[in-house]
Amino acid sequence: MTVPKVLVLRAPGTNCDHETKYAFELAGGQADRVHLNRVLDNPSLIEQYQIMCIPGGFSYGDDVAAGRIFANQLRSQLADVMHEFKNSDKLILGICNGFQVLIKSGLLLDDDASGDPPATLCWNNHGLYEDRWVHLQNSSDKCVFLRGVSQVYLPIAHAEGKFVMRSDVVADQLDSNQQLALRYVSANGTPANGFPENPNGAQRNVAGVCDDSGRIFGLMPHPERFLDGTQHPRWTRDGLQAEGDGVAIFKNAIEYFA
Amino acid sequence: MSLWEIDIYPAAGHVDRAGEEVTSDAVDLGLDPAIKVAAVHGYLLEGDIAAEEAKMLADKLLADSVVEKTVVAEVGAAELQQSPVADALLVHVINKPGVMDPVAMSAQKGIQDLGVAVDQVSTFRKYWVTGVDQESVNRLAEKVLANDAIEEAVHGPLELDALAVGTAYQFELNIVPIRELDNDALELLSKEGQLYLTLVEMQTIQKHFQELDRDPTDIELESVAQTWSEHCSHKTLAGRIAYKDGETERHFENMLKETIFAATVKIREELGDDDWCVSVFKDNAGIVTFDDQYNVAFKVETHNHPSALEPYGGANTGIGGVIRDTLGTGLGAKPICNTDVFCFANPDVAHSDLPSGVLHPRRVMKGVVSGVRDYGNRMGIPTVNGAIYFDDRYLGNPLVYAGNVGLIPKEKSFKEAYAGEWAVVIGGRTGRDGIHGATFSSAELTSDSEMLSGGAVQIGNAITEKMVTDVLLEARDRNLYSCVTDCGAGGLSSALGEMGEEIGVEVYLDKAPLKYDGLNYTEIWISEAQERMVFSVPDEHWEEFRTLCESEGVEATIVGKFVDHGRLVLKYHDQVVGDVTMDFLHDGRPPIIREAHYEIPAIEPIDLEGKAENLESDLLGILSSLNVASKEWVVRQYDHEVQAGSVLKPLVGVENDGPGDAAVVRPVLGSDRGITVSCGMNPRYGDYDTYHMAASAIDEAIRNSVAVGADPTRIALLDNFCWGYTDRPETLGSLVRAALACHDMAVALKTPFISGKDSLNNEFSYQDDVGEKVTISIPPTLLISAMGQIEDVTTCTSMDAKEAGNVVYQVGTTKRELGGSHWTLVRELDGGAVPTVCTDTCNQIFPAMHQAIKAGLVRACHDMSEGGLAVAAAEMAFAGGLGMTLDLRAVTTDQPFDGDADKVIKLFAESNTRFLVEVAPENCSAFEAVFSGSTVSRIGSVTEDDQLMINDGEQNVLRTPIGQLKEAWQTPLRW
Repeated sequence: MTVPKVLVLRAPGTNCDHETKYAFELAGGQADRVHLNRVLDNPSLIEQYQIMCIPGGFSYGDDVAAGRIFANQLRSQLADVMHEFKNSDKLILGICNGFQVLIKSGLLLDDDASGDPPATLCWNNHGLYEDRWVHLQNSSDKCVFLRGVSQVYLPIAHAEGKFVMRSDVVADQLDSNQQLALRYVSANGTPANGFPENPNGAQRNVAGVCDDSGRIFGLMPHPERFLDGTQHPRWTRDGLQAEGDGVAIFKNAIEYFA
Repeated sequence: MSLWEIDIYPAAGHVDRAGEEVTSDAVDLGLDPAIKVAAVHGYLLEGDIAAEEAKMLADKLLADSVVEKTVVAEVGAAELQQSPVADALLVHVINKPGVMDPVAMSAQKGIQDLGVAVDQVSTFRKYWVTGVDQESVNRLAEKVLANDAIEEAVHGPLELDALAVGTAYQFELNIVPIRELDNDALELLSKEGQLYLTLVEMQTIQKHFQELDRDPTDIELESVAQTWSEHCSHKTLAGRIAYKDGETERHFENMLKETIFAATVKIREELGDDDWCVSVFKDNAGIVTFDDQYNVAFKVETHNHPSALEPYGGANTGIGGVIRDTLGTGLGAKPICNTDVFCFANPDVAHSDLPSGVLHPRRVMKGVVSGVRDYGNRMGIPTVNGAIYFDDRYLGNPLVYAGNVGLIPKEKSFKEAYAGEWAVVIGGRTGRDGIHGATFSSAELTSDSEMLSGGAVQIGNAITEKMVTDVLLEARDRNLYSCVTDCGAGGLSSALGEMGEEIGVEVYLDKAPLKYDGLNYTEIWISEAQERMVFSVPDEHWEEFRTLCESEGVEATIVGKFVDHGRLVLKYHDQVVGDVTMDFLHDGRPPIIREAHYEIPAIEPIDLEGKAENLESDLLGILSSLNVASKEWVVRQYDHEVQAGSVLKPLVGVENDGPGDAAVVRPVLGSDRGITVSCGMNPRYGDYDTYHMAASAIDEAIRNSVAVGADPTRIALLDNFCWGYTDRPETLGSLVRAALACHDMAVALKTPFISGKDSLNNEFSYQDDVGEKVTISIPPTLLISAMGQIEDVTTCTSMDAKEAGNVVYQVGTTKRELGGSHWTLVRELDGGAVPTVCTDTCNQIFPAMHQAIKAGLVRACHDMSEGGLAVAAAEMAFAGGLGMTLDLRAVTTDQPFDGDADKVIKLFAESNTRFLVEVAPENCSAFEAVFSGSTVSRIGSVTEDDQLMINDGEQNVLRTPIGQLKEAWQTPLRW
C-alpha cells in the first residue's frame, strides 16, 4: 500500500497540529505540519498531498468569529487550489477549529444562491467554552471518515460549536442527503436530550458534517485526543481500551488510498 | 477618509446572550428588576472605504449572516441611534486610547485580505437599556459594563471623527537633579515618579551620582528602580533579617538562601550521583530530569495587583507571563501544562457592603477565570490543576497564581549570551501598557490605585505569544541563538539588564518597534507590553533567525548589542541617554535589614462536648463551603486535554465530575512516562501558626501527587509566598517562620524546592464612612506546588470509589487537630490545635503508598484534607456513584477520645499524611503487608446502596444519600 501524504495545515493560533500529525502517522500516513504562509507563498505545494487536515486551535485567536479569518484567506487567496484539491478524489478533514474554518470557507457546504454559507458554527448555548466528553453516532453511509464507525466517545473543547442552518429547508436537504453525518447521542445511543448530551445546542444534534461526496468532513469533537487507552476519562474504572475511539477516523482516511 | 460604524445584532430568532448576561448582572447589582439590556458588538473602521465596501465587510467578514444582522453607517448617522426597543437609553463602551485590542488587529488583517484599504480598526460594545432611569444606567455602566482602568463608557451617541492614536515624539533629554535634593525631596521623587524606592536606596543613588559628578537622566533612575524593585530583586526575603520567635533567634544574611535554597543544596549533596535537580533558583524556572531525552521545567508566578484593577487583563497577562518564564528557561522549554490557583473574597457579598474602589468579588472571579481560560486555551496548553480559596481578607486584593510546566531537551537546559551578539526582541510591539508594573507591584493597593496606576494594566494577546512560541522552539532546535529570556516586569530594562549583567550591553531604543507614535525613550525602556522575548543572536545566525520569524509573521528586531564593557549604555538615535555600570545596577543596592518577630498566638482548646448533635448538617455544610465545593464551572472552561497527553483529568469518576487529587499528563506522545501536578495551601492554618501552615501545605501538595501514583522520591516543589506588609516585624516574622518550615520539611522528606516567588505588601486600604483609613491585610498565603513523576502512567489510580464489596482503609493517624479546620469554619468556632506534620510518618507512608499503587493493589486513593474523613469519604462515594459504610471505632487515633469529641475528631479533624484507600478483598493482605510499620485501619467497605453510612460501633452516626451529598457539593458554584 502506498503511504498517503497528509498536509496538516496550521495557521497562527493552531494548537492541535502536533497530536493530529501523530494521529495520522499512527494510522499509517506520512504527515507534515505546514504553515499556511508556505501555502500562500506557493499554492501548488498542496498538490503533493492526498489528505489535507485543518486541526484544532484558535486560528487568529478566534477573533471576529472562530475560523473566520483563516476561512477568509482560503476564500480570497486560495480558492482555486482548494477547489481543485477538493475535486480530485482527495480527502479534507477539519477538526474543531478546522471544522469552523471549513464551514465558513464554503469548502464543506456550497454557498447558497446569494453567495452566503448555508450553515454556521456559533456560540454554545450557555455562552462559555466547554471541555467535556460526549457520545456520538454515525448517521451517514457516505462519510469516508466514518466508515464502519457506529458509536464513539470523544471529547469536545470549544466555545463556538453550535451548528446552525439557515433554514429548515436547508436542514431537511442536508439531512436527507446524509450529510449531517455525526450526531450527539446519549450513552445508550438514543438522540441527545439537551445539555449536556448535546453540549452546545446544535440543531438536530449535529456534531459533524460531510460534503455531498463524503470526502470532506468537519467535526467539533477531537478524535486525536482519544488514540490511547489512558486518554479515556474513566480508564481507571473501566480498564484500558486497546485503542482509542478516535483512531478509526484516521485509519479510514489512510485506508481510502489503499 | 471616513469612519464607519458596524453594529452587529443577533438575527431574529436568535438569543441575545450578552444582553441576558448583563441584565442578570444588573439585577445582582440591585437595580430595578424591570431592567432589560440589549447588547450589540461592533467595529469602527477608518479609511478610504466606500459604502458598498463597508456593507460587504459587514456581511462577509465581520458578521455571521446565518445568526446575526447588521446596521452599517458612518459614525453619527441617525440609523445607528435607532433603538431596537422603545424608550431605551444608549451606552457605548469603547477602549481607552492605546489599550490592546487583539480582535481589531485580526479584523484589520481580514479586511486587508479582502483588498480594502483600512487605516485603523477598533472594536466597541453598545447597550440599549430599558426599564430604569439614567442614574441606574450610569451605575450599570460603572459597575458592570465598563472597567474604568481600560475602557470608557459613552452615554448617548458616539461622537468621534478619528481613531488614530499617538502623536510624533519630540526628543528631549531629561536630567533629574538629584544631587541637591534633601531627604523629603528624595522621598517625594520616589513616590511621585512611581519608583517606590526607600529613602536609603534613594540616598545611595544620590551618592553614586555625586561621585560621578553629574545628575542622572530619567532613564538611568528608572533602570535602577526597576532592577532594585521588590518584584525583580526580592530584596526583602533575600535580604538581611533578624528573626526571633518564642523559641529561637536567628540572623540571616540572605533569608531565602539560608532556608529554602539551603535545603535544596543539602538534598542535592546527599543525593550525590543520584541528584536529579538540573537548574534550581537561578533561571526563570527550576529544571529537573525527566527521561533520557528531556528535562522538565516548572514555575509559578503571581499577578495580584494587576488582577485587582482589571481581573481579566491581569489574569490573562499573568498566565501569559509565566508561560514566557518556561519559554525563557534554558534555551526554551515547550509549555506542556498550566496550573492556576486563585484567592477571592466571598462572591456572594452584598454590593452595599463593598468599600469604594473595590470590584465585586464575583466580578473579579469571573474576570480572572475568563482571563486564564482565554489565554491558556488559545496557547494550546492544557490547564490541568488548580484551586480556589475564599476568605474575606482577599477583598480588594485577590491573589492570582499562574504556573506552567515545560519540557526541554536535556542539552538545551543552559544558556549564555556572549559579547558581540545581537540583542533581539521578537513578538508584540512596545506600547505604553504596563508602565511601572514592576515597581507598582511593591506598592500597597488603595482605592486610588486605579487612577494612579491604570497604566500598569495590560491586556494580553495570546496568539502573538503562540506565534512566538512556535518560532522560538524551531529556532532553538536549529541552534540559532545562545541565550533567551522573557520580557516581563520591567520590560526591556529588566530583560536586557539581566542578560547583559555579566557582559555589558548597548541598547538602541529608537529601533524598538512601537504600537503607536509618541513614546519617549524611557517609556520604551520600561514598557511591560506583553508577548515579547529577548534573544542573544550571533551575527552569523541573524539572517536565518530573522527569516524564520518573518516566515511565520513574527516581528524580530535588533535592539542592541552585547558589548564587553560591563556597562548598560542606552542610546536614542546615537544620543546616549543613559550610561550606568552593571555593577551599580546589580550590586549597588544597599542591603535591607529588617526585623522579624513571631509570637505563636495563644490558642484556646475547643470544648467538643455537645457538638456532635448534627453531624450530617456539619458534613453538608463543609461540602457546600466554597473552598470544598465543586469547581466544575471553572474547570470545564479550561481546555484540559489539548496536546493529547491527558491521563488523569481534573474531574474524575463515573460521571466525570469528582474532585481528582492531582492531574497526570504524558508530555511525550507515545511514551508512558508521566508528570503529576498538584498543590497545597491552607491560609486558615496561618492564623494559628505559619510554621504548621507551611508544613501542612507541603504535606498536602505531596500527598495529592502520591495519591495518584507519583514517586515520592521524584517530587519537586515550588514556593509562592503572598503576604501582607512585611515592613511590620510581625508580618515578616510569620513569613520567616513559614520559610523555616519549608526548609525543615524539604530536608526531612528529601523533596527539593526548585524555584519560587514572593509577592509582598498585599494589603488594601480605603476610607470608611467616617473618613478613617481601614486596611485589610491578606492572610499569610503560601502556595506549595508539586510536580511529581510516574514511570508508567498505566499504574495510576483515581479517587472515585470503584466497586461494591471492596474494602476501605484509612492510612495514617487521626489526631485532635481541628484548629483552622473547615469544621470550625462552618460551625463558626475558633481555637483548637492546628494540624502538624510528623516527617518520620511521611517517610514511611508516602513511599508505601507509592509502592502499593504501583503494584496495582489500590483501586482508589483520596487524600484526606479539608473536612477530614467525612468529606473524603463523601467525595469518594459520590464520585464513584457508590455507597460506603464506615465504622469510626476502627479509625486509629494517637490517643483515646471520649463521647462527642471522639466522633467529631475522627470525622472532621484535618491531620496530615492521611489517605482514604479502596482495596479489593483479594489484595487486602498484600496491601497491609506493604504498610507494615505504619498505621492502616480497615474502616469499612464500598457498598451497592446509594448512601454514606457512618457508624460508631453499633450506633449509626450518619446516613445520607450520596445524591444529597453531591448536590450540596455542586450547588454553591454552579454558576
